[in-house]
Amino acid sequence: MAQQTSRNQQEEIFPGKPVKSLGEKNPNIERSHTRGTVFKWIAIGAAGIAVVVLAVLLIDIFSDGTVRLSKDFLTEYPSRHPEEAGIKSAIYGSIWVMVFTVLFSLPLGVATAFYLEEFAPKNKITETININIANLAAVPSIVYGILGLALFVRFFALGRSVLAGALTMGLLILPIIIIASREAIRGVPSSIREASMGLGATKWQTVRHHILPQAFPGILTGTILALSRAVGETAPLIMIGALTFVPFVPGNIETFSDIIADPLALITFAPMDGFTVLPIQIFNWVSRPQAAFHVAAAGAIVVLLIILLSMNALAIFLRYRFEKKGSQTR
Amino acid sequence: MKNEALIANEGFDGAAEKMESIALSLYYGNNLAIQDVPMKVYENTITALIGPSGCGKSTLLRSFNRMNELIPGVKIEGQVLFHGEDLYAKDVDPVAVRRRIGMVFQKPNPFPKSIYDNVAFGPRIYGYQGDLDELVEDSLKDAAIWDEVKDKLDSNGLELSGGQQQRLCIARTIAVKPEVILMDEPTSALDPIAAGKIEDLLQELKEDYTILIVTHNMQQAARVSDLTAFMMIEEERRSGVLVEYNRTNELFTNPIVQSTQDYITGRFG
Repeated sequence: MAQQTSRNQQEEIFPGKPVKSLGEKNPNIERSHTRGTVFKWIAIGAAGIAVVVLAVLLIDIFSDGTVRLSKDFLTEYPSRHPEEAGIKSAIYGSIWVMVFTVLFSLPLGVATAFYLEEFAPKNKITETININIANLAAVPSIVYGILGLALFVRFFALGRSVLAGALTMGLLILPIIIIASREAIRGVPSSIREASMGLGATKWQTVRHHILPQAFPGILTGTILALSRAVGETAPLIMIGALTFVPFVPGNIETFSDIIADPLALITFAPMDGFTVLPIQIFNWVSRPQAAFHVAAAGAIVVLLIILLSMNALAIFLRYRFEKKGSQTR
Repeated sequence: MKNEALIANEGFDGAAEKMESIALSLYYGNNLAIQDVPMKVYENTITALIGPSGCGKSTLLRSFNRMNELIPGVKIEGQVLFHGEDLYAKDVDPVAVRRRIGMVFQKPNPFPKSIYDNVAFGPRIYGYQGDLDELVEDSLKDAAIWDEVKDKLDSNGLELSGGQQQRLCIARTIAVKPEVILMDEPTSALDPIAAGKIEDLLQELKEDYTILIVTHNMQQAARVSDLTAFMMIEEERRSGVLVEYNRTNELFTNPIVQSTQDYITGRFG
């Protein structure tokens, strides 16, 4: 009887055909299902475009570039003969710039994130800093190049060096690292903070023993993703005047025995040396008239893509490990 | 009327006064959460705080070791004395306060570390010089969980059951030997059997510690506590006030204030 009443009420309140049995088609529900199906296919189409574009791009690049992929291509310096040209100096330069970029931006970014999340008072100044960091992440990379040129190359007289390039790149990815680190710090449950503070730990002890270790995988993932952006950046380094034809590696340090022979050169001579990076090498080759250089460029793009995809894969792997650990310990 | 119902503030079987709040008011921003609370806490007793949701029980509890300050925008008026010293005096460091007055939370919150490290964390940051293994073992024994975890001290504290986690949190708290332990509904996230174990444990801990416990469960308050404080929301300013404070059996069998009577007989709240 009670069921009968509620069904009658439904028929009174809601328009449409009265429902006689559950098996009967209800136009209201049917219409909604149709819309859902249409939306699903639009979504699949949109996602499909992205996948297809990426696939076409990869296939095109790989079909052009793989012919040049060989050990020599990786270990030879650039040359004016396109068939002999290699990307050794570009790979070394990219590694040098990345290492110094991380050394500069990771500590600075993580410290800033900790300040803003854990220590900063909630006031206008903090709010201003927050807005500025969010804005900095959206500044075009060439603007960082101009800043790097004025500040590091000219004002600090670092010249067109690895260090100047790394500092510029560091500034570029600093906001990304800060934002990723803040997310990771915010992801640590407040119950952990309470537990630690409730035991009489100071803010520093809480950060040092609980928040930093738990946020670290997230910070690392964010940093790798930021770095993979920096690896592909060209504009700021062209702006600061990175070289386009570099027949040497920074500091002439090529092998481990070079490091052992003069370890000090790692931090003195090499950072101040000229350099090029993969995207600049590619840019340079693409702008040459000879078709053979275009093939070399495609080969370098394949290498760059492999580096980028490996970095992203590492980030995904770390995040997966972290999440698995998190769910295990819930 | 208010003061006459706070009988326990007059003394409790000659027990020493451990803590006392004097005209304690607390604001979250502009909202008055608790208003002019006067309350004495006696050494080696269990005092229960009961009252309807939102009456400020937890807020009052957290004022007793300055945990409220972790929330931005909190303002406190009045005093909380600990051995006659005001916790909120200018030269008092909240970290020092929390080292003497520990806390166990509603939801068990072990660190995502080994059982051993959970208990050892406090002593380590305090710079404990003695035998840490022994201290960890003693603390786990005192928290009545040693037998269940002695073979897996290296496994993650989060792998334990909820009730075990809460006892681990108690072990972690007593490892640093506070004088007072504040407990914020420590059994509300646990099943009745796990809750019963914690209640039994409280009776043993009472020998060495002063315990202040917030509970939603009136039967629990009646079972475990020596003194009970009843709080409710005062109509005029919509803030929590201390209504009645008495020996637990007196308060439950012979309440003085009508609203206490209404609450314990389940007529509201």
